[in-house]
Amino acid sequence: MKFFLTSMFGKETSRGDRRFGLDRIVFLLSLFILIVTVLMPMLMIVVRTFFKGTQPDWALFTRVVLAPENLSAIYNTVKIGFLVTLFGTVLGLFYAWLIGRSDIPMKGLMKALFTIPYMFPPFFGAMAWSLLLAPRSGYMNKWFMQLTGSTAPLLDINSIGGIVFVETCYYFPFVFLQVVSALERMDPTLEESARIAGAGQWYVIRKITLPLVLPAIAAGAMLILISSISHFGVPAILGFSNNIFTLPTKIYQLINRSAGSFDGIREGAALSILLVGVVVAALYIQRLVLKTGHYDIIKGKSMRPMLIKLRGAKIPLLGISLLSLFVIVVVPLFMIFIVGFLKAYGLPLTLQNLTLRNYEYILGQSKMVRDSIVNSLFLSVASGVITMFLGVMIAYVVIKVKPRGKGFLEMLSLLPYSIPGLVLAIGVILVWSGAFGINLYNTIWIILIAYIARYVSFAMKSASASLEQVHYSLEEAARSCGATHLESLRDITIPLIRPGMIAGFFLIFLPAMRELTTSVLLYGPFTRTLGVAIYAINSEGNTVQASALATVAIGIIIAGHFALRYVTRDRKGI
Amino acid sequence: MSRITLKNVTKEFVTRGGHRVTAVDNFNLEIQEGECFSFLGPSGCGKTTTLRMIAGFEDLTEGEIWLGDKPVSVKSKNLYVPPEERGLGMVFQAFAVWPHLNVFENVAFPLRVKKTPRDELRERVMTALGHTDLQGAEKAYPSDLSGGQQQRIALARAIVTNPRVMLLDEPLSNLDPKLRESMRFEIKALQKKFNFTIIFVTHDQSEAMALSDRMLVMDLGKIIQTGTPREMYQNPANKFVYGFLGLSNFLRVRVRDGRVFPAEGTIQPIPFELPQGVSDGEGLLASRPNEIGLSRTEGTGYPGRIEKRLYMTFCIEYHVNIAGQVIRVHTPHGNVLPEGCGCFVQFRNPRWYAGESEQVELERIERQVI
Repeated sequence: MKFFLTSMFGKETSRGDRRFGLDRIVFLLSLFILIVTVLMPMLMIVVRTFFKGTQPDWALFTRVVLAPENLSAIYNTVKIGFLVTLFGTVLGLFYAWLIGRSDIPMKGLMKALFTIPYMFPPFFGAMAWSLLLAPRSGYMNKWFMQLTGSTAPLLDINSIGGIVFVETCYYFPFVFLQVVSALERMDPTLEESARIAGAGQWYVIRKITLPLVLPAIAAGAMLILISSISHFGVPAILGFSNNIFTLPTKIYQLINRSAGSFDGIREGAALSILLVGVVVAALYIQRLVLKTGHYDIIKGKSMRPMLIKLRGAKIPLLGISLLSLFVIVVVPLFMIFIVGFLKAYGLPLTLQNLTLRNYEYILGQSKMVRDSIVNSLFLSVASGVITMFLGVMIAYVVIKVKPRGKGFLEMLSLLPYSIPGLVLAIGVILVWSGAFGINLYNTIWIILIAYIARYVSFAMKSASASLEQVHYSLEEAARSCGATHLESLRDITIPLIRPGMIAGFFLIFLPAMRELTTSVLLYGPFTRTLGVAIYAINSEGNTVQASALATVAIGIIIAGHFALRYVTRDRKGI
Repeated sequence: MSRITLKNVTKEFVTRGGHRVTAVDNFNLEIQEGECFSFLGPSGCGKTTTLRMIAGFEDLTEGEIWLGDKPVSVKSKNLYVPPEERGLGMVFQAFAVWPHLNVFENVAFPLRVKKTPRDELRERVMTALGHTDLQGAEKAYPSDLSGGQQQRIALARAIVTNPRVMLLDEPLSNLDPKLRESMRFEIKALQKKFNFTIIFVTHDQSEAMALSDRMLVMDLGKIIQTGTPREMYQNPANKFVYGFLGLSNFLRVRVRDGRVFPAEGTIQPIPFELPQGVSDGEGLLASRPNEIGLSRTEGTGYPGRIEKRLYMTFCIEYHVNIAGQVIRVHTPHGNVLPEGCGCFVQFRNPRWYAGESEQVELERIERQVI
């Protein structure tokens, strides 16, 4: 490692001025943190899978991969991922077109509703939908059976179809937001010139609009695919009872069943490599699709695109959109909210069955829940602050300092973006449970390290976006006025990117607050997080208390979003 | 067929803030077949909106538009022909060539829409590419080409269907100055060859004057003046047109007893024949810097003082102080007067305009923001 570092910076001193001291420290520090938190866990997974002690050992990997139950998990993972991507893309495209190019009313409201699935973790949705559509106990199925006298449920959410449905509800905004923003930035004259050339509306959509937003569609679809493949919460809540396993839930089961035994973790590591392999394959496919290149479609003066008149279809389409948004967004939130006040799960939803007892229990009596809230607040704030500063450091090095090796640094910081949270957790366990003389297992610090690794990509992207807007000349102007390098950073650059930094903090705080996938493998007896607590209470069958706690989490998340909006309310370009 | 008629065309917008803006106000115009007609005006004056109504991208709030004998937008009958059925050619400021299609396919697009047979399509595309100097580039993608070449693709795409009317929406303003000039000639040459009618929208007065047979100047949604470039330059209808069509000085003056004084309390009047019906009060004396004589000989004009002298490529510019106001004067290189010396100013072709209220100025700025 030492040789590697010196060879990387050997020639760097030719720059020779004093600023190199500070910049070099920043570079080395961020590189060190990334190597420890991101690279080492990944390497340890590979090492532990293919080596037993110091002996190469391929047997474990082949055995794990060829085990029939694991093969069926792979099949389920790919099947669910493919279907979610397909439906999510179609849904996202439809809404994006409706909002970006048609004259449908209430666009503002719809856009606001579309961002809601973004705010909440999909496993809340899984909980809510099983409240409604669990085969025997779900309210909707019970109503259906009462009304029709049927003994079979209307729909069974504990199925592949149910998992696909819930994940689609939460992941279609990826395509929607990508495409809507592409449509809004697209030069309207590209479409207008096709109209002038004699092409009708549908011809223009097929031959001009769609091909031009294809990169945006592909990017959004790939986000859906990767998210779905590495997703844990929904298949865990909906699949376990019917023995439907995906790779992430299989890994969780392996580790959980082994109760910390080394062989169990090794098997989990082997499956993780498989999971990463599936993700890499997906990314490779994206590369192939995007090979046609990225078009520069943003040009010219901004003008409102010509909106397509829906005429007679306007009201039906509006009805369909609002109804589906209602089902996707409002219904699950309402269910969680109302069930949180129920005396017992399964009671009819009437006034006399409502109570505040669940809240009393979770906020007052249960030490586990109170601990989990404190833990999550601590973890979210700490990882938010640390990761945000780490992101700024990395972005500063990559954008402003540009040393040799910046590509490696950038790659390391973006790597966690495509690594499933569960895989990261296994890697962190392998590194921090004594392999290098430090044992953090069952402490809160191991979760903090995992969060930092998990969210560093967000922080880095958000910090780059603000740093790129700070032109060199601003810092140079400060230097020419006599400020030192440190002073120009402190007085010019940092104040200019401060709004971006605060926004970056919330971009980590909010997902960390509801994190489940990573924490579920890392928590110890006293280090449950909010997500873990909700998940645990729910799987113990205490549905009403889980719903109440989920409502509390929703409250915290909404408050966080308002804070984020307040911070970014009049953020202007620099 | 290629005559264009606009009758009482009005377009109102509702802004985000909720108030109504009349972007185009009671626009009446007839453009003759084969004419090259320019809409000139500052940004926000309504010229582009008018063009987009002719193209069919905007509906009218009131009025009607005819292409030849065919009505394409008649508000009172709720008649509106979509852009693709108007049979126009159009070139946009940002070129709007499709980045996912190569040059050939860009130009072939209008023919493919019309399901033109393959051989004919190929022949017509190659002809259009020949006319626009793009032979050999048909396999290239727009991103490989320069701005000028991209604009040629847009031109080729517009002429490939041989339209009778060509709409040009500031097609040259994204090009560098040298290219701009040569493209001007190319457009003119294409028009001669194909004899289509051109409507040319621009905010560059020299472009408009160089290209058009007739032109109009718009301000705040209204047509201020219509005429040939020569008529407009020589006889601007108001201060705004005067200022828009070239460099100008506006000297604030007072009229007393039919004589013109540059400031209160000055004794010597500026020799100038006021138009009929001007009563005593304030006004503006407009002059062009190159239509002012400057000398040191007593009695050759109104006395002033040279404050500054600048060497420019085509002339020498003097800033001359006349009774407290500074005007610009352009003289040929050669006879040089020193800074700080007294001089005599002779207005060769001055015009008198009533002043413009600040309100109008503010409204102009507001519209640009919208």
